[in-house]
Amino acid sequence: MTGAVTVVDYGIGNLLSVQRAFEHCDATVTVTSDPSIIARADRLVVPGVGAFGGCVGELRDRNLIDSILEFTAKGRPFLGICVGMQMMLDISEEFGEHAGLGLIKGRVSAIPTTDSAGAPHKIPFIGWAGLERPGTAEWSQTILADTRPGEAVYFVHSFAAHPVSQSARLADYFYDGAPIVAAIQSGTHFGCQFHPEKSGEVGLKIVRRFSTQ
Amino acid sequence: MDIKAPNLIKGIHLEGLRVVGDPREHAQRYYAAGADELLYIDIVASLYERNTIGDLVRYTAENVFIPLTVGGGVRSLGDVEGLLKDGADKVAINTAATKNPDLVRDVSRRFGSQCMVLGIEGKRRGDGTWEALRDNGREHTGLDAVEWARQCEDLGAGEILLTSVDQEGTRRGFDVDLCRAVSQAVSIPVIISGGMGTTQHLVDVVKSGKADAVAVADALHYDRISMDAMRDAAAQSDIHMRSS
Repeated sequence: MTGAVTVVDYGIGNLLSVQRAFEHCDATVTVTSDPSIIARADRLVVPGVGAFGGCVGELRDRNLIDSILEFTAKGRPFLGICVGMQMMLDISEEFGEHAGLGLIKGRVSAIPTTDSAGAPHKIPFIGWAGLERPGTAEWSQTILADTRPGEAVYFVHSFAAHPVSQSARLADYFYDGAPIVAAIQSGTHFGCQFHPEKSGEVGLKIVRRFSTQ
Repeated sequence: MDIKAPNLIKGIHLEGLRVVGDPREHAQRYYAAGADELLYIDIVASLYERNTIGDLVRYTAENVFIPLTVGGGVRSLGDVEGLLKDGADKVAINTAATKNPDLVRDVSRRFGSQCMVLGIEGKRRGDGTWEALRDNGREHTGLDAVEWARQCEDLGAGEILLTSVDQEGTRRGFDVDLCRAVSQAVSIPVIISGGMGTTQHLVDVVKSGKADAVAVADALHYDRISMDAMRDAAAQSDIHMRSS
């Protein structure tokens, strides 16, 4: 049974694509910048593209940070996408240090500019990569419950999350041999570095799963 | 996909245009076949200074769940904002950037590098270098394509869509040398376009040309080469191409 999903509109991100992906998965979507609607949502999605500091600044300028934290305190399903995921962490090093929402302990820092053998590689990482299970991560009760390891999703990023706790690390992908965090989790709060709304049928399975969490 | 609204069209050397069909049908088909990304270039907009592609972008964003890059006639922050609102994920800019390089910086600052794709139309010069052309390869800029790529990376471009004017539509293979020269000069990803005739061409431009991604037009438009055939050839050469 898919339900109601509220997408935070703070002037950043491809909201139409996010909205359409959820609607395609039979969710009822509200796109809003109204703090009271955000605080009372059943499920909340925070997209985000561009620079971390810019995104946090736009949330702050619209007085949305408190209402997002009011929402997350209730333990309802939360999904951060791309920079929306990075903002779940404490701090980012992108263009100076910027505080995030602090939902998951950890930092956001630049993807290394060389591969595991020391050769330079392209930054940003743009493209598709397979999701892998880090260590003992369990996907069965999560947004990846319908995803099989190796199924590819679409990434575009220069900075990556580093959660302190290994248990917050839900999925990785490998860029030239080195693992990069692809998804994070703390209870009912999820974050995807990739764009599930732009990851074809594999992404739509994740979108659908979140809509039923 | 070259668009002359409402049609998908194709030319040779970016000229001699023919109607291929309905771009919406092609977009759906390529999505189903496992394309990684769609690329629309509004070939009329740049020439007549108008933009007619919005309806198609909206339709695509609503029905196709992979990244969409849109270019052609993008001249201002307002144009970029309009296309992003219509549902484009990235915007490719060529002509306007060569006239006003600051546009590259302004777009990447306002909307993020991830959506600022620099379009380069490279044409071979006699001396082993390439000139960056504009207006669908009709006009000279005097810019060296490799230098121009480097400059725009510094200005904040997040990706380069590199088209060989010489090879475009010929089916004789990509300009591997051009691709390698640009790809090795910058640290941002390069998408090569223009000239795919066989799956070996794809392998060559990735292996020798250091292409980060390959754009294919008429090989798919006319069903000459299937996505599966490309996938098989790529796999045999240890090139990763996702399965649909």
